[in-house]
Amino acid sequence: MLGPAIAWYLVVGSAIFAIGAAGVMLRRNPLIMLLSLELMLNGANLVLIAFARWHGSLDGQVFALAVMAVAAAEVVVGLGLVVAMARRKIEIDIDLLSRLRK
Amino acid sequence: MSAGNILVWIVWLAAAAGCIGSALAVVALRNALFSALALIGNLISLAVFYLLLSAEFVAAAQVLIYAGAVMVMFLFVIAYVGWDKDIAWTGGPRWQTLGGVVAAAALLSELVVVIVLGATNDLEHADHVSANFGSPASIGRLFMSNHLLAFEVISIVLVVAAIGGVILGAQRRRERSGGIR
Repeated sequence: MLGPAIAWYLVVGSAIFAIGAAGVMLRRNPLIMLLSLELMLNGANLVLIAFARWHGSLDGQVFALAVMAVAAAEVVVGLGLVVAMARRKIEIDIDLLSRLRK
Repeated sequence: MSAGNILVWIVWLAAAAGCIGSALAVVALRNALFSALALIGNLISLAVFYLLLSAEFVAAAQVLIYAGAVMVMFLFVIAYVGWDKDIAWTGGPRWQTLGGVVAAAALLSELVVVIVLGATNDLEHADHVSANFGSPASIGRLFMSNHLLAFEVISIVLVVAAIGGVILGAQRRRERSGGIR
C-alpha cells in the first residue's frame, strides 16, 4: 500500500473524534453540538474504513454506509427539535431544552 | 521511496491538515453558519482519505449524500433559525468548560496510546486487495447477501426518523386548535 501506514489514518480518525467530543461537551448552541456529533461519527467512519482496508474485507465499508444512514436520521430529528424551539420562540440554547428532566 | 509514494504522502498530508483544521474550526467558530461550512470542508477531506483507502463508493456517497444533501438541510435550518444571533460560546461554570477540555484530551490520549501499542505489532502491513475492492457492485452484493438484515433495519430507522421530523415540524397546528403543549 502506498503512502502512510494504517496507524496514521487511525490517529487522524481519533483526533477528529476527540475534537467532536470536545465540541459536544463545550458548546451550548444545539446546532453546533449536532455538527460536532457529525464530526464524532465521521471520525469513527474513517477508522472503520481504515480497518476495512487493513483486513482486505468490505464489511467495514458496509458498516460505514450504515453509520452514514443513521447520521442522516439523527440530523433529521435533531434539526426538527431546533426548528420546534425556534417556532415556540425559545432562545436557541441547549440549557433551555430541559423539559424532559423536570 | 518511489515518486508515487511521495505523491500519495503529499495528498495524505494535505487531507490530514484539512481534516484537523476544519474540525477545529467547526468547534471553535462562534457562528453556526461558518461551522457548517467548515464541516463541509472536513467531509470532503475525509472523502480524500476514503479514496486513498480504496473505498471509492463510500467516498462518492460521502460527497453526494453527506456534504451535499445533509449539509444543505443543515444550512437551511441555520438560515431559518437565524445565523446572526449572539449565542454564548459556552455556558455553565468555569469548571465545566475545563472538565470538557480535560475529558476530550484524555479520550484522545487514550486512543493514541492504544493505536501506538497496536502499531508495534502488524498495523504496518495492509492486505493486498483486488481492483474491484470498494466498488459499488461488490458493496451492493455484500448488502444484499451477508448484511441484508442491517439493510432492512436501516430502512426502518430512516422511516421512523422521517415520521419524527414531520411530527416535530407539524406541532404548531395542534397548538392553535387548543391542543397539547
